Amino acid sequence: MTKTSIYLCLGALAAALAAAQSAQADPSPMEVRALLHKDFHAKGQATMSRVDQDDLQFLCTVTHNKPSAKRVKEMEADQHATIAYPADGKYMGDWTKGQKIAESGAGMTWSDKPGTPGGGGCYNCHQLSPKEESYGTVGPSLTAMGKKRGDGLEVQKYVYGKIYNSKASNLCSQMPRFGTSGSLTEEQIKDLTAYLLDPASPVNQ
Amino acid sequence: MRRVSSRALLAGAALGVAASLVHADDTKQEIQKYQRMTAESSPVELWEMEGADLWKQKRGPNNVSLERCDLGMGPGVLKGAYAHLPRYFKDTGRVQDLESRLVTCMTTLQGFSEQEATKRVFGNADKPSDMEYLAAYVAGRSRGVKMQVSTNDPKEKAAYEMGKALFFYRAGPWDFSCASCHGTEGKRIRMQELPVLSSPKGARGTYTTWPGYRVSVSQLKTMQWRLNDCFRQQRFPEPKYVSDATIALTMYMAVNANGATYRGPGTKR
Repeated sequence: MTKTSIYLCLGALAAALAAAQSAQADPSPMEVRALLHKDFHAKGQATMSRVDQDDLQFLCTVTHNKPSAKRVKEMEADQHATIAYPADGKYMGDWTKGQKIAESGAGMTWSDKPGTPGGGGCYNCHQLSPKEESYGTVGPSLTAMGKKRGDGLEVQKYVYGKIYNSKASNLCSQMPRFGTSGSLTEEQIKDLTAYLLDPASPVNQ
Repeated sequence: MRRVSSRALLAGAALGVAASLVHADDTKQEIQKYQRMTAESSPVELWEMEGADLWKQKRGPNNVSLERCDLGMGPGVLKGAYAHLPRYFKDTGRVQDLESRLVTCMTTLQGFSEQEATKRVFGNADKPSDMEYLAAYVAGRSRGVKMQVSTNDPKEKAAYEMGKALFFYRAGPWDFSCASCHGTEGKRIRMQELPVLSSPKGARGTYTTWPGYRVSVSQLKTMQWRLNDCFRQQRFPEPKYVSDATIALTMYMAVNANGATYRGPGTKR
């Protein structure tokens, strides 16, 4: 995902967008970006480069999260290529550690200490353990995932990849690309995979 | 914090106890009951009283009060002013929200530098900020007034359109836009049902209760603070206080709330 590539052709795209719109044109993503650069400042680990869209963010924004099937196919392949599967071929870690990562919504904000491991914030959007009553509903319920899908190697690899880069299989998903963005480490993603699939995990009780 | 402190903190503590009592209950009914309870015993009025004192106090290098401050309805007119903000102001050539306009009055009337006027805009539980007191007081003078924010001026229209574009702009390490949390009807983040601010229904219900007293932190929070903390959680860099971007977003939400009766400052969890 290069940020530069998209801005090279952005001028042409913005012009095309402007032509397609009436005299009361909506601001282009380029104009939004310029305003963000004027009106925001870097703080803590939140650098100004964060307001620059990569090609995926740009495409999902301008298409209201509904890109053409052709673009989806191309870009999902690009996203898939960012997934670094574990060199040791093991996808499952420790579900007890995974639970803490799933519960924590910390990480990547300007008030989080850089370098300290963040969370996945999974409960913000998903139901996981049936015992946890405070869960969000933005994403699907993942309760009993291991029970339903088993914990075979293919399922493990799928779950690991989904957490690493959700956009590889759902281009404009609202779920962060935890591995690709460097928000979670390989070990943390393994622990989360175990939390979802391990038969002993509360998710599957 | 001055004389408000002890009373406010007592009220806050009582509400905190109430909060813990319903903690385990996840039914909507219980949450609504709690919301009614907190609203009935809210210390918001204390903030408004403190704000009224500040409004009338002679301050700054010019040693004058804010009583001639023009919030869009004419110098000194407070009734309904907040329900018509943000709006375009000829003297500054900008679309301004309440907090931005208060900064203007503190600089032009009272003679503060902009730096002095914005030195401490977000307070804490021990010591609220002057801006929080003033925002509570001014907003409270629109209680019962219908939201009627104009987009007639081209600059107002442009601010609204920019606010809308900002609302849906996805970026940052987690690919979030405002709509990631505030864009789908009936969805929750953890236990919190978040309003869909791009729809009149969501905007009307929510915008009309800000600024708001937050029971969980015993503080009154302004709209500028609300946006600041949203951007923090969006994993963005920090918006500058009363910047055009924050005012554009406020404009977008305020216009979406048009027609609803302003009933703030409200009380939040």
